[in-house]
Amino acid sequence: MASLDIQARSATTTPSPGVREYPDVAKLIDISKCIGCKACQVACMEWNDLRDSIGENTGSYQNPPDLDAKSWTLMRFYEVEPEPNRLEWLIRKDGCMHCADPGCLAACPSPGAIVKYSNGIVDFNQEHCIGCGYCVTGCPFDIPRISQADQKAYKCSLCSDRVAVGLEPACVKTCPTGAITFGSKPDMIDYAGDRVRDLQGRGFQNAALYDPPGVGGTHVMYVLQHADRPELYGLPKDPTISPLVELWKGIAKPVAIGVMAAVGLTALFHYITRGPNAVSKEIEDDEERKAKEEQKA
Amino acid sequence: MKRDPRDLVRYTAGERINHWLVGISFILLGISGLALFHPAFFPFTMLFGGPTWTRILHPFLGVLMAVFFVFMFFRFLKNNLMRRIDWQWIGRINEMVDGSDETMPAQGKYNGGQKLLFWLLALCMLLLIPSGVVLWQAYFDFPIEARRWAAVIHSAAAVVMICLIFVHVYAAIWVKGTIRSMWYGTVTRAWARQHHRNWYEEVTKP
Repeated sequence: MASLDIQARSATTTPSPGVREYPDVAKLIDISKCIGCKACQVACMEWNDLRDSIGENTGSYQNPPDLDAKSWTLMRFYEVEPEPNRLEWLIRKDGCMHCADPGCLAACPSPGAIVKYSNGIVDFNQEHCIGCGYCVTGCPFDIPRISQADQKAYKCSLCSDRVAVGLEPACVKTCPTGAITFGSKPDMIDYAGDRVRDLQGRGFQNAALYDPPGVGGTHVMYVLQHADRPELYGLPKDPTISPLVELWKGIAKPVAIGVMAAVGLTALFHYITRGPNAVSKEIEDDEERKAKEEQKA
Repeated sequence: MKRDPRDLVRYTAGERINHWLVGISFILLGISGLALFHPAFFPFTMLFGGPTWTRILHPFLGVLMAVFFVFMFFRFLKNNLMRRIDWQWIGRINEMVDGSDETMPAQGKYNGGQKLLFWLLALCMLLLIPSGVVLWQAYFDFPIEARRWAAVIHSAAAVVMICLIFVHVYAAIWVKGTIRSMWYGTVTRAWARQHHRNWYEEVTKP
Protein backbone atom coordinates (compact mmCIF):
# COMPACT_ATOMS: atom_id res chain seq x y z
CA MET A 1 0.00 0.00 0.00
CA ALA A 2 1.37 3.33 -1.00
CA SER A 3 0.18 4.85 2.25
CA LEU A 4 2.52 2.61 4.25
CA ASP A 5 6.20 3.38 4.30
CA ILE A 6 8.67 0.66 3.37
CA GLN A 7 11.39 -0.73 5.59
CA ALA A 8 12.88 -3.27 3.20
CA ARG A 9 12.42 -4.01 -0.48
CA SER A 10 13.57 -7.10 -2.38
CA ALA A 11 16.65 -6.86 -4.64
CA THR A 12 17.13 -3.23 -3.72
CA THR A 13 20.35 -1.88 -2.24
CA THR A 14 19.35 1.76 -1.71
CA PRO A 15 16.86 3.01 0.91
CA SER A 16 13.14 2.89 0.12
CA PRO A 17 10.71 5.67 1.04
CA GLY A 18 10.59 5.47 4.81
CA VAL A 19 10.53 8.82 6.61
CA ARG A 20 7.36 7.89 8.49
CA GLU A 21 7.55 5.40 11.30
CA TYR A 22 4.68 3.20 12.24
CA PRO A 23 4.50 0.98 15.29
CA ASP A 24 5.09 -2.72 14.68
CA VAL A 25 1.78 -4.50 14.34
CA ALA A 26 1.17 -8.13 15.21
CA LYS A 27 -1.52 -10.76 14.97
CA LEU A 28 -1.74 -13.06 17.94
CA ILE A 29 -3.28 -16.51 17.45
CA ASP A 30 -4.21 -18.19 20.69
CA ILE A 31 -4.41 -21.87 19.82
CA SER A 32 -6.00 -22.70 23.17
CA LYS A 33 -9.02 -20.60 22.23
CA CYS A 34 -9.41 -21.85 18.65
CA ILE A 35 -12.37 -24.12 17.96
CA GLY A 36 -11.45 -24.87 14.34
CA CYS A 37 -14.57 -23.30 12.84
CA LYS A 38 -12.65 -21.98 9.79
CA ALA A 39 -14.46 -18.65 9.85
CA CYS A 40 -11.02 -17.08 9.34
CA GLN A 41 -10.50 -19.16 6.19
CA VAL A 42 -13.83 -17.98 4.85
CA ALA A 43 -13.22 -14.35 5.79
CA CYS A 44 -9.82 -14.50 4.08
CA MET A 45 -11.37 -15.87 0.88
CA GLU A 46 -14.11 -13.27 1.00
CA TRP A 47 -12.00 -10.20 1.67
CA ASN A 48 -9.30 -11.20 -0.83
CA ASP A 49 -11.89 -12.41 -3.35
CA LEU A 50 -10.37 -15.87 -3.74
CA ARG A 51 -12.15 -19.14 -4.49
CA ASP A 52 -9.96 -22.20 -4.29
CA SER A 53 -11.16 -25.24 -6.22
CA ILE A 54 -13.30 -27.72 -4.32
CA GLY A 55 -10.95 -30.43 -3.12
CA GLU A 56 -11.33 -33.98 -1.89
CA ASN A 57 -12.07 -35.16 1.61
CA THR A 58 -8.82 -36.62 2.85
CA GLY A 59 -10.25 -37.97 6.09
CA SER A 60 -9.55 -34.85 8.10
CA TYR A 61 -11.31 -31.60 8.78
CA GLN A 62 -8.34 -29.98 7.10
CA ASN A 63 -9.61 -28.65 3.81
CA PRO A 64 -7.99 -27.72 1.49
CA PRO A 65 -5.17 -30.11 2.38
CA ASP A 66 -2.50 -27.45 1.99
CA LEU A 67 -1.93 -23.75 1.51
CA ASP A 68 -2.39 -22.65 -2.07
CA ALA A 69 -2.09 -19.58 -4.27
CA LYS A 70 -5.84 -19.21 -3.58
CA SER A 71 -5.81 -20.32 0.06
CA TRP A 72 -3.67 -17.93 2.05
CA THR A 73 -4.68 -19.26 5.42
CA LEU A 74 -5.55 -22.79 6.48
CA MET A 75 -6.66 -24.49 9.66
CA ARG A 76 -4.31 -27.39 10.24
CA PHE A 77 -5.70 -30.19 12.40
CA TYR A 78 -3.34 -32.33 14.47
CA GLU A 79 -4.38 -35.31 16.61
CA VAL A 80 -1.47 -35.79 19.00
CA GLU A 81 -0.66 -37.39 22.33
CA PRO A 82 1.70 -35.00 24.11
CA GLU A 83 1.61 -37.49 26.99
CA PRO A 84 0.72 -41.17 26.56
CA ASN A 85 -3.06 -41.78 26.47
CA ARG A 86 -3.86 -38.09 26.54
CA LEU A 87 -5.24 -37.20 23.16
CA GLU A 88 -5.24 -33.56 22.16
CA TRP A 89 -6.78 -32.09 19.09
CA LEU A 90 -4.55 -29.18 18.17
CA ILE A 91 -5.79 -26.78 15.54
CA ARG A 92 -3.45 -24.18 14.15
CA LYS A 93 -4.31 -21.39 11.76
CA ASP A 94 -1.41 -21.57 9.29
CA GLY A 95 -0.28 -18.73 7.04
CA CYS A 96 2.52 -16.22 6.60
CA MET A 97 4.34 -15.38 9.84
CA HIS A 98 5.47 -11.93 8.61
CA CYS A 99 9.03 -12.38 9.87
CA ALA A 100 10.99 -9.33 10.98
CA ASP A 101 13.84 -10.87 8.97
CA PRO A 102 11.94 -12.29 5.99
CA GLY A 103 13.73 -15.06 4.08
CA CYS A 104 11.42 -14.63 1.08
CA LEU A 105 12.43 -11.00 0.72
CA ALA A 106 16.12 -11.84 1.07
CA ALA A 107 15.85 -14.49 -1.65
CA CYS A 108 13.72 -12.53 -4.15
CA PRO A 109 15.70 -11.35 -7.21
CA SER A 110 13.06 -8.93 -8.52
CA PRO A 111 13.24 -5.36 -7.19
CA GLY A 112 10.11 -4.49 -5.24
CA ALA A 113 8.30 -7.79 -5.72
CA ILE A 114 8.46 -8.31 -1.95
CA VAL A 115 8.34 -5.44 0.51
CA LYS A 116 8.33 -5.15 4.25
CA TYR A 117 6.32 -2.16 5.40
CA SER A 118 7.50 -0.10 8.32
CA ASN A 119 4.73 -1.63 10.45
CA GLY A 120 6.29 -5.06 9.86
CA ILE A 121 3.87 -6.51 7.31
CA VAL A 122 5.62 -8.50 4.55
CA ASP A 123 3.73 -8.19 1.28
CA PHE A 124 4.09 -9.63 -2.22
CA ASN A 125 3.54 -7.31 -5.19
CA GLN A 126 2.53 -9.84 -7.81
CA GLU A 127 2.91 -7.38 -10.70
CA HIS A 128 6.66 -7.39 -10.04
CA CYS A 129 6.86 -11.15 -9.38
CA ILE A 130 8.74 -13.05 -12.08
CA GLY A 131 7.74 -16.53 -10.88
CA CYS A 132 11.21 -17.90 -10.10
CA GLY A 133 10.17 -19.48 -6.80
CA TYR A 134 13.21 -18.19 -4.89
CA CYS A 135 10.87 -16.92 -2.13
CA VAL A 136 9.83 -20.53 -1.57
CA THR A 137 13.46 -21.52 -0.98
CA GLY A 138 13.96 -18.53 1.31
CA CYS A 139 10.95 -19.11 3.57
CA PRO A 140 11.63 -21.07 6.80
CA PHE A 141 7.89 -21.78 7.22
CA ASP A 142 7.05 -23.15 3.74
CA ILE A 143 4.41 -20.49 3.08
CA PRO A 144 4.60 -18.95 -0.43
CA ARG A 145 2.78 -20.81 -3.19
CA ILE A 146 3.29 -20.30 -6.92
CA SER A 147 0.04 -20.19 -8.86
CA GLN A 148 -0.16 -22.68 -11.70
CA ALA A 149 -2.36 -20.19 -13.53
CA ASP A 150 0.01 -17.21 -13.69
CA GLN A 151 3.31 -18.43 -12.14
CA LYS A 152 3.18 -15.69 -9.50
CA ALA A 153 3.79 -16.17 -5.79
CA TYR A 154 0.95 -15.63 -3.32
CA LYS A 155 0.57 -15.63 0.44
CA CYS A 156 -1.21 -13.91 3.33
CA SER A 157 -0.82 -10.13 3.13
CA LEU A 158 -1.93 -9.63 6.75
CA CYS A 159 -4.65 -7.62 4.99
CA SER A 160 -2.15 -4.80 4.40
CA ASP A 161 -4.92 -2.98 2.53
CA ARG A 162 -7.19 -3.07 5.59
CA VAL A 163 -4.43 -2.29 8.07
CA ALA A 164 -3.36 0.72 5.99
CA VAL A 165 -6.75 2.32 6.60
CA GLY A 166 -6.91 1.41 10.26
CA LEU A 167 -8.88 -1.84 10.10
CA GLU A 168 -7.89 -5.21 11.54
CA PRO A 169 -7.24 -8.17 9.20
CA ALA A 170 -10.37 -9.96 7.97
CA CYS A 171 -9.58 -13.17 9.91
CA VAL A 172 -9.30 -11.20 13.16
CA LYS A 173 -12.55 -9.38 12.49
CA THR A 174 -14.46 -12.60 12.00
CA CYS A 175 -13.02 -14.91 14.70
CA PRO A 176 -15.98 -15.80 16.96
CA THR A 177 -13.95 -16.89 20.00
CA GLY A 178 -11.38 -14.13 20.13
CA ALA A 179 -8.61 -16.60 19.38
CA ILE A 180 -7.15 -14.12 16.88
CA THR A 181 -6.32 -10.63 18.07
CA PHE A 182 -4.54 -7.77 16.36
CA GLY A 183 -2.74 -4.67 17.59
CA SER A 184 0.68 -3.23 18.21
CA LYS A 185 3.31 -5.89 18.78
CA PRO A 186 4.13 -4.82 22.38
CA ASP A 187 0.40 -4.93 23.23
CA MET A 188 0.05 -8.40 21.73
CA ILE A 189 3.09 -9.67 23.65
CA ASP A 190 1.56 -8.21 26.80
CA TYR A 191 -1.79 -9.83 26.16
CA ALA A 192 -0.10 -13.13 25.32
CA GLY A 193 1.63 -12.99 28.70
CA ASP A 194 -1.77 -12.98 30.43
CA ARG A 195 -2.95 -15.90 28.33
CA VAL A 196 0.25 -17.87 29.03
CA ARG A 197 -0.10 -17.33 32.79
CA ASP A 198 -3.70 -18.45 32.62
CA LEU A 199 -2.76 -21.62 30.72
CA GLN A 200 0.10 -22.36 33.09
CA GLY A 201 -2.35 -22.05 35.98
CA ARG A 202 -4.51 -24.68 34.31
CA GLY A 203 -1.73 -27.25 34.08
CA PHE A 204 -0.05 -26.35 30.80
CA GLN A 205 3.36 -25.68 32.37
CA ASN A 206 5.04 -25.33 28.98
CA ALA A 207 2.60 -22.79 27.58
CA ALA A 208 4.43 -19.85 26.01
CA LEU A 209 4.45 -17.33 23.23
CA TYR A 210 5.85 -18.43 19.84
CA ASP A 211 7.76 -15.41 18.49
CA PRO A 212 10.88 -17.11 17.12
CA PRO A 213 14.01 -14.94 17.54
CA GLY A 214 15.85 -16.80 14.75
CA VAL A 215 13.93 -14.74 12.17
CA GLY A 216 14.05 -11.57 14.27
CA GLY A 217 10.62 -12.32 15.74
CA THR A 218 7.41 -12.51 13.74
CA HIS A 219 4.40 -10.30 13.24
CA VAL A 220 2.12 -13.31 13.50
CA MET A 221 2.59 -15.00 16.87
CA TYR A 222 1.04 -18.00 18.55
CA VAL A 223 0.14 -18.83 22.11
CA LEU A 224 1.03 -22.53 22.30
CA GLN A 225 -0.01 -24.89 25.11
CA HIS A 226 3.12 -26.96 24.40
CA ALA A 227 5.64 -24.32 23.34
CA ASP A 228 8.50 -26.67 24.22
CA ARG A 229 7.34 -28.84 21.32
CA PRO A 230 6.17 -26.56 18.49
CA GLU A 231 6.58 -29.50 16.10
CA LEU A 232 3.31 -30.90 17.59
CA TYR A 233 1.64 -28.03 15.69
CA GLY A 234 3.74 -28.45 12.55
CA LEU A 235 5.88 -25.45 13.48
CA PRO A 236 9.69 -25.43 13.25
CA LYS A 237 11.42 -25.44 16.64
CA ASP A 238 13.96 -22.72 15.93
CA PRO A 239 13.32 -21.30 12.47
CA THR A 240 16.04 -19.28 10.77
CA ILE A 241 16.78 -18.34 7.20
CA SER A 242 18.71 -21.35 5.87
CA PRO A 243 22.49 -20.79 5.99
CA LEU A 244 22.52 -21.83 2.32
CA VAL A 245 20.15 -18.99 1.45
CA GLU A 246 22.19 -16.60 3.61
CA LEU A 247 25.32 -17.62 1.71
CA TRP A 248 23.68 -17.42 -1.71
CA LYS A 249 21.99 -14.08 -1.06
CA GLY A 250 24.68 -12.63 1.21
CA ILE A 251 28.43 -12.88 0.83
CA ALA A 252 28.25 -14.77 -2.50
CA LYS A 253 26.99 -11.70 -4.35
CA PRO A 254 29.82 -9.22 -3.61
CA VAL A 255 32.42 -12.00 -3.76
CA ALA A 256 31.18 -13.07 -7.20
CA ILE A 257 31.31 -9.54 -8.56
CA GLY A 258 34.76 -9.04 -7.02
CA VAL A 259 36.16 -12.24 -8.49
CA MET A 260 34.75 -11.60 -11.97
CA ALA A 261 36.00 -8.00 -11.94
CA ALA A 262 39.43 -9.14 -10.73
CA VAL A 263 39.75 -11.71 -13.51
CA GLY A 264 38.62 -9.21 -16.14
CA LEU A 265 40.95 -6.47 -14.92
CA THR A 266 43.88 -8.88 -14.59
CA ALA A 267 43.41 -9.81 -18.24
CA LEU A 268 43.24 -6.17 -19.29
CA PHE A 269 46.34 -5.16 -17.33
CA HIS A 270 48.19 -8.23 -18.52
CA TYR A 271 47.54 -7.12 -22.09
CA ILE A 272 48.69 -3.56 -21.57
CA THR A 273 51.80 -4.55 -19.61
CA ARG A 274 52.95 -7.65 -21.51
CA GLY A 275 51.62 -6.76 -24.95
CA PRO A 276 50.18 -9.21 -27.45
CA ASN A 277 51.61 -12.68 -27.86
CA ALA A 278 52.43 -12.50 -31.56
CA VAL A 279 54.23 -15.08 -33.69
CA SER A 280 57.96 -14.40 -33.57
CA LYS A 281 59.50 -12.72 -36.60
CA GLU A 282 62.10 -15.46 -36.79
CA ILE A 283 59.54 -18.25 -37.21
CA GLU A 284 57.50 -16.16 -39.64
CA ASP A 285 60.55 -15.46 -41.85
CA ASP A 286 61.56 -19.11 -41.76
CA GLU A 287 58.07 -20.19 -42.85
CA GLU A 288 58.17 -17.65 -45.69
CA ARG A 289 61.52 -19.01 -46.80
CA LYS A 290 60.08 -22.55 -46.83
CA ALA A 291 57.11 -21.36 -48.85
CA LYS A 292 59.35 -19.83 -51.49
CA GLU A 293 61.47 -23.00 -51.66
CA GLU A 294 58.35 -25.08 -52.19
CA GLN A 295 57.17 -22.76 -54.95
CA LYS A 296 60.49 -23.13 -56.78
CA ALA A 297 60.46 -26.89 -56.48
CA MET B 1 38.51 -19.91 -46.43
CA LYS B 2 42.22 -20.17 -46.85
CA ARG B 3 44.04 -16.86 -47.19
CA ASP B 4 47.11 -18.79 -48.18
CA PRO B 5 47.13 -22.34 -49.57
CA ARG B 6 49.77 -23.18 -47.00
CA ASP B 7 47.44 -22.29 -44.07
CA LEU B 8 46.54 -25.18 -41.78
CA VAL B 9 42.98 -26.26 -41.08
CA ARG B 10 42.45 -26.22 -37.31
CA TYR B 11 38.66 -26.49 -37.12
CA THR B 12 36.11 -27.93 -39.52
CA ALA B 13 32.91 -26.03 -40.26
CA GLY B 14 30.99 -28.42 -38.02
CA GLU B 15 33.32 -27.79 -35.11
CA ARG B 16 33.08 -24.04 -35.59
CA ILE B 17 29.27 -24.09 -35.72
CA ASN B 18 29.17 -26.23 -32.61
CA HIS B 19 31.52 -23.87 -30.77
CA TRP B 20 29.49 -20.81 -31.78
CA LEU B 21 26.23 -22.40 -30.64
CA VAL B 22 27.77 -23.11 -27.26
CA GLY B 23 29.30 -19.62 -27.15
CA ILE B 24 26.09 -17.78 -28.03
CA SER B 25 24.00 -19.77 -25.58
CA PHE B 26 26.67 -19.24 -22.92
CA ILE B 27 26.63 -15.47 -23.37
CA LEU B 28 22.82 -15.34 -23.21
CA LEU B 29 22.83 -17.62 -20.17
CA GLY B 30 25.53 -15.61 -18.44
CA ILE B 31 23.73 -12.31 -18.94
CA SER B 32 20.29 -13.62 -17.96
CA GLY B 33 21.73 -15.61 -15.05
CA LEU B 34 23.60 -12.61 -13.65
CA ALA B 35 20.37 -10.62 -13.91
CA LEU B 36 18.67 -13.12 -11.63
CA PHE B 37 21.69 -13.39 -9.33
CA HIS B 38 22.47 -9.80 -8.37
CA PRO B 39 20.23 -6.72 -8.47
CA ALA B 40 23.11 -4.73 -10.01
CA PHE B 41 22.61 -6.80 -13.17
CA PHE B 42 18.80 -6.86 -13.04
CA PRO B 43 18.51 -4.32 -15.91
CA PHE B 44 19.92 -7.05 -18.20
CA THR B 45 16.44 -8.60 -18.02
CA MET B 46 15.37 -5.91 -20.53
CA LEU B 47 17.51 -7.66 -23.16
CA PHE B 48 15.28 -10.71 -22.91
CA GLY B 49 11.87 -9.02 -23.08
CA GLY B 50 11.55 -8.25 -19.38
CA PRO B 51 12.11 -9.95 -16.05
CA THR B 52 9.50 -12.69 -16.41
CA TRP B 53 10.69 -13.57 -19.90
CA THR B 54 14.24 -13.77 -18.55
CA ARG B 55 13.07 -16.27 -15.93
CA ILE B 56 11.20 -18.27 -18.59
CA LEU B 57 14.01 -18.25 -21.19
CA HIS B 58 17.07 -18.88 -19.00
CA PRO B 59 16.43 -22.60 -18.35
CA PHE B 60 15.50 -23.30 -21.98
CA LEU B 61 18.75 -21.65 -23.09
CA GLY B 62 20.40 -23.90 -20.52
CA VAL B 63 18.96 -26.97 -22.21
CA LEU B 64 20.29 -25.75 -25.58
CA MET B 65 23.76 -25.12 -24.18
CA ALA B 66 23.79 -28.46 -22.38
CA VAL B 67 23.01 -30.30 -25.62
CA PHE B 68 25.56 -28.38 -27.71
CA PHE B 69 28.16 -28.69 -24.95
CA VAL B 70 27.78 -32.46 -24.81
CA PHE B 71 28.34 -32.66 -28.59
CA MET B 72 31.39 -30.42 -28.34
CA PHE B 73 32.73 -32.34 -25.36
CA PHE B 74 32.82 -35.61 -27.27
CA ARG B 75 34.07 -33.91 -30.44
CA PHE B 76 37.10 -32.48 -28.65
CA LEU B 77 37.57 -35.14 -25.96
CA LYS B 78 40.34 -37.15 -27.64
CA ASN B 79 42.62 -34.13 -28.07
CA ASN B 80 42.09 -33.03 -24.48
CA LEU B 81 43.18 -36.12 -22.55
CA MET B 82 45.72 -34.98 -19.97
CA ARG B 83 49.20 -36.46 -20.30
CA ARG B 84 52.33 -36.08 -18.22
CA ILE B 85 53.69 -33.44 -20.60
CA ASP B 86 50.57 -31.33 -20.03
CA TRP B 87 51.16 -31.22 -16.29
CA GLN B 88 54.77 -30.23 -16.97
CA TRP B 89 53.50 -27.43 -19.20
CA ILE B 90 51.09 -26.27 -16.51
CA GLY B 91 53.95 -26.34 -14.00
CA ARG B 92 55.74 -23.80 -16.16
CA ILE B 93 52.68 -21.66 -16.91
CA ASN B 94 54.54 -18.56 -15.70
CA GLU B 95 56.61 -18.60 -18.87
CA MET B 96 53.42 -18.67 -20.94
CA VAL B 97 52.00 -15.75 -18.97
CA ASP B 98 55.24 -13.85 -19.69
CA GLY B 99 54.59 -14.47 -23.38
CA SER B 100 57.55 -16.73 -24.12
CA ASP B 101 55.85 -20.02 -24.89
CA GLU B 102 58.32 -21.05 -27.59
CA THR B 103 60.75 -22.30 -24.93
CA MET B 104 58.09 -24.43 -23.20
CA PRO B 105 57.59 -28.17 -23.76
CA ALA B 106 56.32 -28.76 -27.31
CA GLN B 107 52.54 -29.06 -27.43
CA GLY B 108 50.06 -30.99 -29.54
CA LYS B 109 46.78 -29.53 -30.77
CA TYR B 110 46.07 -28.24 -27.26
CA ASN B 111 48.47 -27.17 -24.56
CA GLY B 112 48.15 -28.17 -20.91
CA GLY B 113 46.35 -24.97 -20.03
CA GLN B 114 43.74 -25.43 -22.74
CA LYS B 115 43.18 -29.03 -21.67
CA LEU B 116 42.79 -28.04 -18.03
CA LEU B 117 40.26 -25.39 -19.10
CA PHE B 118 38.36 -28.03 -21.09
CA TRP B 119 38.02 -30.24 -18.02
CA LEU B 120 37.16 -27.40 -15.67
CA LEU B 121 34.42 -26.22 -18.05
CA ALA B 122 33.09 -29.77 -18.26
CA LEU B 123 33.06 -29.96 -14.46
CA CYS B 124 31.15 -26.66 -14.28
CA MET B 125 28.56 -28.00 -16.72
CA LEU B 126 28.29 -31.18 -14.69
CA LEU B 127 27.33 -29.03 -11.69
CA LEU B 128 25.23 -26.47 -13.56
CA ILE B 129 22.93 -28.82 -15.47
CA PRO B 130 21.51 -30.88 -12.58
CA SER B 131 21.34 -27.91 -10.21
CA GLY B 132 19.57 -25.92 -12.92
CA VAL B 133 16.97 -28.65 -13.31
CA VAL B 134 16.36 -28.64 -9.55
CA LEU B 135 15.81 -24.86 -9.65
CA TRP B 136 13.42 -25.06 -12.62
CA GLN B 137 10.32 -24.91 -10.48
CA ALA B 138 7.95 -24.20 -13.35
CA TYR B 139 8.35 -27.83 -14.46
CA PHE B 140 9.94 -29.68 -11.55
CA ASP B 141 9.05 -29.97 -7.89
CA PHE B 142 12.10 -30.80 -5.80
CA PRO B 143 12.27 -30.63 -1.98
CA ILE B 144 13.05 -27.15 -0.65
CA GLU B 145 16.38 -28.18 0.89
CA ALA B 146 17.52 -29.57 -2.48
CA ARG B 147 16.55 -26.27 -4.12
CA ARG B 148 18.61 -24.33 -1.58
CA TRP B 149 21.67 -26.46 -2.29
CA ALA B 150 21.02 -26.16 -6.02
CA ALA B 151 20.88 -22.36 -5.80
CA VAL B 152 24.27 -22.20 -4.09
CA ILE B 153 25.89 -24.76 -6.41
CA HIS B 154 24.37 -23.22 -9.54
CA SER B 155 25.57 -19.69 -8.72
CA ALA B 156 29.04 -20.78 -7.60
CA ALA B 157 29.62 -22.97 -10.66
CA ALA B 158 28.29 -20.20 -12.91
CA VAL B 159 30.68 -17.60 -11.50
CA VAL B 160 33.61 -19.99 -11.87
CA MET B 161 32.55 -20.75 -15.45
CA ILE B 162 32.23 -17.05 -16.31
CA CYS B 163 35.76 -16.48 -14.99
CA LEU B 164 37.09 -19.45 -16.97
CA ILE B 165 35.46 -18.08 -20.12
CA PHE B 166 37.04 -14.68 -19.43
CA VAL B 167 40.40 -16.46 -19.43
CA HIS B 168 39.46 -18.45 -22.55
CA VAL B 169 38.37 -15.36 -24.50
CA TYR B 170 41.32 -13.30 -23.30
CA ALA B 171 43.79 -16.00 -24.33
CA ALA B 172 42.28 -15.97 -27.82
CA ILE B 173 42.59 -12.18 -28.03
CA TRP B 174 46.08 -12.14 -26.54
CA VAL B 175 47.60 -14.83 -28.75
CA LYS B 176 47.48 -13.11 -32.12
CA GLY B 177 46.31 -15.16 -35.09
CA THR B 178 44.03 -17.33 -32.97
CA ILE B 179 40.57 -15.85 -33.43
CA ARG B 180 40.54 -16.50 -37.19
CA SER B 181 40.50 -20.23 -36.43
CA MET B 182 37.12 -19.66 -34.76
CA TRP B 183 35.84 -17.62 -37.72
CA TYR B 184 37.02 -19.58 -40.74
CA GLY B 185 38.96 -22.45 -39.27
CA THR B 186 42.54 -21.88 -40.40
CA VAL B 187 45.77 -20.71 -38.83
CA THR B 188 49.14 -19.84 -40.34
CA ARG B 189 51.99 -22.33 -40.25
CA ALA B 190 54.08 -19.91 -38.22
CA TRP B 191 51.32 -19.67 -35.61
CA ALA B 192 51.08 -23.45 -35.35
CA ARG B 193 54.85 -23.85 -35.14
CA GLN B 194 55.20 -21.31 -32.34
CA HIS B 195 52.26 -22.38 -30.16
CA HIS B 196 51.62 -26.05 -30.98
CA ARG B 197 54.86 -27.46 -32.36
CA ASN B 198 53.91 -31.13 -32.14
CA TRP B 199 50.58 -30.50 -33.86
CA TYR B 200 52.41 -28.46 -36.53
CA GLU B 201 54.78 -31.30 -37.21
CA GLU B 202 51.96 -33.83 -37.30
CA VAL B 203 49.84 -31.91 -39.84
CA THR B 204 52.71 -30.74 -42.06
CA LYS B 205 54.32 -34.16 -42.35
CA PRO B 206 54.73 -34.75 -46.07
